[in-house]
Amino acid sequence: METVLAFLCGLMAAASIYLMLSGNIIRFIFGLMLATNAVNLIIFAAGRLSSANPPLIGEKTAVAAEPVANALPQALILTAIVIGFALLTFVFILFYRSYESLGTVDVEKMRYAEPPPGQSSHAEKQQEEGGL
Amino acid sequence: MNWLLVLPVILPFGLAAASLGLRGSFRTQQRLAGLGGMLHFGICILLLVRISEGGIMTMQVGSWPAPFGITLVADHLSAIMIAVTATLGLAVTVYAKAEIGPRLMAAGFYPLLHILIGGVCGAFVTGDLFNLYVWFEVMLMASFGLLVLGREKQQFDGGVKYVMINLFATLLFISGLGFLYGITGTLNMADLYLQVQGVPDKALLTAVAAVFMVAFGIKAGLFPLFFWLPVSYHTPPVAISAILAGLLTKVGVYALIRMFTLVFTFNMAYTHGLLLVAAVFTMITGVLGAAAFQDFRRILSIHIVSQVGYMVLGLALFTPLALAGSVFFLLHNMIVKTNLFLVSGICRSFGGSFELSRLGGFYGSRGFLAFLFFVPAFSLAGFPPLSGFWAKMMLIRASLEAEAYAAAAAAAVVGLLTVYSMTKIWGEAFWKPAPARQEQEEGFAGTVHAGHGWMVVPVAALAAITLILGLFPGPFLEMASAAAHELLHPEIYVKAVLGGV
Repeated sequence: METVLAFLCGLMAAASIYLMLSGNIIRFIFGLMLATNAVNLIIFAAGRLSSANPPLIGEKTAVAAEPVANALPQALILTAIVIGFALLTFVFILFYRSYESLGTVDVEKMRYAEPPPGQSSHAEKQQEEGGL
Repeated sequence: MNWLLVLPVILPFGLAAASLGLRGSFRTQQRLAGLGGMLHFGICILLLVRISEGGIMTMQVGSWPAPFGITLVADHLSAIMIAVTATLGLAVTVYAKAEIGPRLMAAGFYPLLHILIGGVCGAFVTGDLFNLYVWFEVMLMASFGLLVLGREKQQFDGGVKYVMINLFATLLFISGLGFLYGITGTLNMADLYLQVQGVPDKALLTAVAAVFMVAFGIKAGLFPLFFWLPVSYHTPPVAISAILAGLLTKVGVYALIRMFTLVFTFNMAYTHGLLLVAAVFTMITGVLGAAAFQDFRRILSIHIVSQVGYMVLGLALFTPLALAGSVFFLLHNMIVKTNLFLVSGICRSFGGSFELSRLGGFYGSRGFLAFLFFVPAFSLAGFPPLSGFWAKMMLIRASLEAEAYAAAAAAAVVGLLTVYSMTKIWGEAFWKPAPARQEQEEGFAGTVHAGHGWMVVPVAALAAITLILGLFPGPFLEMASAAAHELLHPEIYVKAVLGGV
């Protein structure tokens, strides 16, 4: 089972890196989602996969039945999912606003912070209108 | 409960919540930030004093014993970093009073600033790797928000690239964390130190170490992973770029120092050898990159990269003197860097631009400003007796003692080239006759009252700290040596966290 998961994680990571490197911010978001999930799977697999009992103590017993599943990776993943989701929403909004403002989804065409040689940032600034 | 250890983290979050509640009244937000910043500064200095007297301080959150719960722990390194963070936070808060207008305050400048400072302090006090990840995220979210806070085109451009590469670094960090947990079964840093000793397959651990090195290397701006930095740091308002420049990359450096002194010390020839090469190239590329720029803030941004190289150089050499040099360099550089960014803002408020070609004549017309630039700039370049001189001298001496002659030569040459960059700014902005006054550039600083008192006070205070660091380095060097001693003897840290082991 670990082997299958390892290959799956590898595949997802490879696909996500391909998407992230495409230079298109929409594809980057999809790559980011894939990568986040690949990482969650990695943590899950790192906590060992076993068909153990849930880490809960029954009503009449004082300790949980052995062997107990490892609850920590799940807690870590849960935290990572929440944080990942928050980041994703932020990235969506940021990229949408950037598209509105810059008019492109191609990162190669975004040359406002680093204007190409021969075009000073000042000249660039004069070109744009109403930059606030 | 050891409240002194929690307060540096909790207070900024309380301030952030209060500022959010006071969204409408900017004046109250400003006052709250000023008072809160002073209180935070006081607490952090008290923490530093306590730790330099009594050694490492720990607290188990929720009284869950380590290594099961989250441990907060502050050694000398953490305490120094927290104290500097609070200093910079206060300085920028004061500066922001003059620069940040109602529009940016309405967009949430103060809450984001508080969250950033809280997140950075959290990263410095945590003794748990997953918790460190969470603080990194808190800090990143705040920095993302701050970076695009004026909604200018160049900010979006820089912001998109900054967000992309930093999210990737975070993913690397957490996957490395997953691997490390899979191998050792713990995430408490002190416990990791013990567990790592017993791992038979050191090759696998070395691979994990490399993942961490890349992840933190991106955050710290190490060669060849720094390209996000010169794209983004010169785009936001000055107060924001000053605090980002002072804090963010240094958290990456701190994480590198923490992990590569405490956990990944089993294959030093490989990991620290790699760090040494990266450090040397970081110093050189950073300083050469600066030659290409003619913009005040872009020169300063690319110099951050070069300076990070020095800090990592000390870690890579791994001798008491070298690590003390790194810690002292961090202390000196964070203050100087933030100060230089703030000075660039004052120059802009007089000259109307960050372009060096459009500035000039400040030496004649604003002598005081020239002095305020001179202190941090030539401290950065390493002129005796300013603070940068001691930091560089320690690192170069440590390199010579470790027989890393190439690194020593690189550190010395890069120091000279830094002088070139600083004299370029000096010559253009201060000595050159003022160019014919053109219309003020559009932008955030356009409305600022030139040379506002609130802008000058923090710059003067930080310059005074730089002077004190340079003229009376004794107590600070002692603190840095104490930090290095703790870093080189992880048993002290482990014992403080886990009890008698």
